[in-house]
Amino acid sequence: MTDASTRKRPRNLDLPSLIFYRLPLPGKLSILHRVSGLGLFLLLGPLLWLFQLSVTSPEAFATFRELASCGVAKVIFAGLIWAFAHHFCAGIRFLFLDAHVGLEKESARNSAIAVFVVSILITVTLIWGILL
Amino acid sequence: MIKRIVVGAHYGLKDWLVQRVTAVVMALYSVFLIAILLVVKPADFEAWRAVFALGAVKFATFLFALSLFYHAWIGVRDIWMDYVQPVGIRLTLHVLTLLALTGYAGWAAAILWRL
Repeated sequence: MTDASTRKRPRNLDLPSLIFYRLPLPGKLSILHRVSGLGLFLLLGPLLWLFQLSVTSPEAFATFRELASCGVAKVIFAGLIWAFAHHFCAGIRFLFLDAHVGLEKESARNSAIAVFVVSILITVTLIWGILL
Repeated sequence: MIKRIVVGAHYGLKDWLVQRVTAVVMALYSVFLIAILLVVKPADFEAWRAVFALGAVKFATFLFALSLFYHAWIGVRDIWMDYVQPVGIRLTLHVLTLLALTGYAGWAAAILWRL
């Protein structure tokens, strides 16, 4: 018979398990760290292209502003800002865990809550400051 | 469950370390860039371009870009290794990821050094 304390840890979940398991909060943080990282990676090309437009010439800059101000772009930017904020905050938490700071179940849960709260605050601030 | 057998290849520790060093570089750059933009408050094209044309910012932005691409390679490769089991598809994804990131590195250098 296996109980929670003798089961082999850590466990790596495959995709179906990720969807059906009820992950604890630090687990949700962890998988969202992957999701946000992959999302940022997938949009790297368009972002580089937009950056190029913004610094190349006044005409290109005008195109950049026009593209960036359309509704669809703003929704994508809002998602990217959240992805960046979450990846940033969760990443800093992982660095502390690497340094064996906050490894206990209770503090790991509290720091996960802090990551969600802070990253959402950063997201709202940046959306309010840049997009609106 | 994923059965990923960790064997004695030595790249694991190096990748683990690079992932973290590049993360710190990117985090510091992000904070400094936001601070610079808050101070300078570039209002038009010339002011915006001037921020990145500045030698120190250009240098730091290039380091940020390289850190980002190396960091992304390790992270995305791990995602393919964990969730994509068919060898052919996984190899294709690895190659496409590597090609894209290598191209991005050249592209980023070209954008920055034209400023």
